[in-house]
Amino acid sequence: MSFAEISLVAALATGAAAIAAALAIGEPRRRTLLTGVLTAGCGAGGLLAAMGVLATGRPVEAEFPHLLPFAGLSFRLDAFGAVFVLVAGGGASAAALYGISYTRDHLSGRSFQALVPAFVLTLLLVPAANSMSTFLMLWELMAVTSLLLVLAEQRRSPNAREAAMWYGVMTHLGFIALLLMFSLLAAHAADGSFAAIRHTSSTMAPALRSLVFLLALVGFGSKAGMVPLHAWLPRAHPEAPSHVSALMSAVMVNLGIYGLVRVGFGLLGGGPSWWWLVLLALGAVSALFGILHALASTDLKRMLAYSTTENMGLVLVGVAAAGLFTSTGHPVLAAAALGAVLLHVINHAAFKGLLFLAAGSVVRGTGERDLDQLGGLMRRMPVTGAMFTLGAVAITALPPLNGFMSEWLLLQSLIHGAQSHVVAVAVAVPVAIAVLALTTGLTAATFVKATGTGFLALPRTRAAEDAEESPRSMLLGMGVLAGACVFLAIAVGVLAGGLARAIAAVGGVTSPAPFRVHGTTVSLPWQIVGTSVVLGVAVVVGVVAISVALRVLPRGARRRRTENWGCGRTQQTARMEYTASSFAEPLVRVFDDVLHPELDIDVTHREESQYYVESISLQRGIKDAFEERVYRPVLGGVAAWGRWARQIQNGSVHRYLAYGFVALVLLLVAIR
Amino acid sequence: MSVTRAAVPILQVVLVVVAGPLLIGVIRKVRARLEGRVGAPIHQPLRDLRKLLTKERLLPEHASWVFALAPAVLVSSAVATAALVPLVSTVSPFAHVSDLVTITALLLLGTVALALGALDPGTAFGGMGSSREMTIAALTEPTLLLSIAAISILAGTTNLPAVVASTLHRPEAVISIGYLLAIVALAIATLAESARLPVDNPNTHLELTMVHEAMVLEYAGPDLALVESGSSIRLAIFLGLLANLLVPWGIATTPSVARLALGTLAFVGKISLLAILLGVFEVFTAKIRLFRVPELLALSLVLSFLAVIIAVVHR
Repeated sequence: MSFAEISLVAALATGAAAIAAALAIGEPRRRTLLTGVLTAGCGAGGLLAAMGVLATGRPVEAEFPHLLPFAGLSFRLDAFGAVFVLVAGGGASAAALYGISYTRDHLSGRSFQALVPAFVLTLLLVPAANSMSTFLMLWELMAVTSLLLVLAEQRRSPNAREAAMWYGVMTHLGFIALLLMFSLLAAHAADGSFAAIRHTSSTMAPALRSLVFLLALVGFGSKAGMVPLHAWLPRAHPEAPSHVSALMSAVMVNLGIYGLVRVGFGLLGGGPSWWWLVLLALGAVSALFGILHALASTDLKRMLAYSTTENMGLVLVGVAAAGLFTSTGHPVLAAAALGAVLLHVINHAAFKGLLFLAAGSVVRGTGERDLDQLGGLMRRMPVTGAMFTLGAVAITALPPLNGFMSEWLLLQSLIHGAQSHVVAVAVAVPVAIAVLALTTGLTAATFVKATGTGFLALPRTRAAEDAEESPRSMLLGMGVLAGACVFLAIAVGVLAGGLARAIAAVGGVTSPAPFRVHGTTVSLPWQIVGTSVVLGVAVVVGVVAISVALRVLPRGARRRRTENWGCGRTQQTARMEYTASSFAEPLVRVFDDVLHPELDIDVTHREESQYYVESISLQRGIKDAFEERVYRPVLGGVAAWGRWARQIQNGSVHRYLAYGFVALVLLLVAIR
Repeated sequence: MSVTRAAVPILQVVLVVVAGPLLIGVIRKVRARLEGRVGAPIHQPLRDLRKLLTKERLLPEHASWVFALAPAVLVSSAVATAALVPLVSTVSPFAHVSDLVTITALLLLGTVALALGALDPGTAFGGMGSSREMTIAALTEPTLLLSIAAISILAGTTNLPAVVASTLHRPEAVISIGYLLAIVALAIATLAESARLPVDNPNTHLELTMVHEAMVLEYAGPDLALVESGSSIRLAIFLGLLANLLVPWGIATTPSVARLALGTLAFVGKISLLAILLGVFEVFTAKIRLFRVPELLALSLVLSFLAVIIAVVHR
């Protein structure tokens, strides 16, 4: 048995042990501790297995023909799937460690504790599925376990049920799309295995192939939070307990990307340009729409969820670019774009997981999610504050942290792709660059807002004032992901070989040297490694040197705390601070065509005179335009249809007999 | 040979650290003379920095380490950028990482650090400045990257020394419409990024119109010196970059002492000229309203987008 196989078996065994421990142990503290440790072990096993596969490129295969009637279970973890197992394993380890103390107080129940390792197991196994039935079963298990986890706090949070309803409906609509897609694919193949599908997919009619791709776009796109199928994501992710939010937002959404690439490139073997132009447009809209809503939102976790839509949008732009470059005959650029996609998936998991865990720490310490009610946490929760700041710098794609590396690579592949001679590509790619750039700028504003108003300055409420730092296991969970952010920035070159193998394993994109953009000076991984190291050293050394230099100044030995500059005011209160809403206001105003902010000012006058104001209440809300314009009409239509359909069923036996008669006649006419 | 090569980044850093404040001095002097005043000597900003450095270090009562660290991050990101970009010479030990995309990201790091530092003391001014600064930065980013993309497409690379070198080889490339549009867009972005008129008024005393100055209101003493110096370094880098993208002549392509000396002179000459032009421009320009700024930036975005399209067609 190879190293990867041993690790994978160990991971599955530990995962099963975690479920057993959660169900068997009676004492809640021991239950959370043991389940958490075992789940972390399960994640670590997955991580090691993925590393093994990535390092050698040799897939792990397993067949269980009798486990499931008719189809059996079939697994094959190749290097491409291993990237996603790597992410799932790493994310799960950190989240499970964090969960030990996070769940101790109110989430230590048996069912919840057992569901978390079950969810982790499905996350680890979905990328290893090698047949349609195995994949669909695991996919559904993943959806159901996560759905139950979203509902975990339904007693405490009134929105959880509604969120779970949205999530349940949307994920199953996506499941139907996938079922149809696989049925179409398997109808042409000898059996439901991916190998058989891949073998015959090229003989399918072009229109049918396009239908398959569009169904994949719906099914996998909704999982990845792609606009306009994103509506569940900013509802469900924030309502789950924070370490589950981290798993959903950092790991589960990636599997939508996995599926899209697996089907689009692997099973269908690429397609015409218009597929990828559609995907590019949807990805670009997702990125912009997601970040604008993240900017406008003041709920910390909702903001992070919208930012997930944004990041997945960027990833989809990368996938689309890879498809576009493949279809127009630029395999090297395609490989670079796909490399950027995989790198961003890994990086996003690290920083988004970190940010969600830090947000959970804030929720635990204050009981508040609204940024306008927080503030001053940097001095009360120093570790959480530092972790969140690190995550914010990483997600903003600022050097020297990891987010910068993948966005840099994506931009490079796009800039070089703009030189294509195909008109559609030459026009689409600059638009993608502009969207990417605007997204980066807006991300910076969003995360300055979140860090600045949530953690800096004065606390705005009693809850924020009395905040306490989280226990050690939560800090450890965050520390693991923070370490990953730093490691991925400095040692990104370590991944290069594995990523190259992963791209080769997809099929559909072939390139002799996946990270060399020919004809230019871009050559990866050395340039990217050099960049990260030089920038990291330069900035860190610079900051340290300047801080030391300040100390040797004549009066620089220590800082004196002083009052703020007065400007006529007598004291400083938290009400003078800029809130998250006010911080975002200028940009919300600039983009009011997209965001449609609603302002509701209600002035109550005193009875004596209208010049004396009793109270003013101001309400501002930003609604999701897609929800207002797309979902509401559709839901309204469905409801109206349902009401109309009720007339058919009025309880009269005569009428039912008439229906039966009419149906019979129609049937006879039809089969005549 | 290799010693002078290694000395290039150090030379560039020293140059911008000294030249940055002097540039501010030049701009102020030009403005003063055109407005009929004598004005302070050109080296006054350097004197100010020296004076600020001898003052006590203060920390506002509610601020955290972010406030204290922000100026250092601003300066070190600016200094790192100065070491990377080809200001005096296209050869340098860091030439292979001197990339247009990297440099925008590095400068954004400084902007973000200062915006966080401004929010930290919890005053209304700091928040206002920070919010406005991030608004402008978010809208400037696409212009920067798109004009960079246009230039990169024309030059075939995003590597800055290679872009400058290719302009030296094919000077006619500069005259192409795509290139010029990109440079104009980049110039507008430069004004916005370095908080100059008409986007922001560096000399304002009206709090409501301030952006950058409102952000740094709580900084004093050595911290203020760092902030001022960081801003001036960024201005020097932007002007130097613009100059070298438009008229790269004089820049050292081999690391000999004589060529470096020539390169230094050329660099100083070019940015002084740009600073004088900037000063003249500022005398005749009024600050535009904050909510008109997005329109200006949208214009520059359109210009840079056109530049990319033309660049693609042109190739």
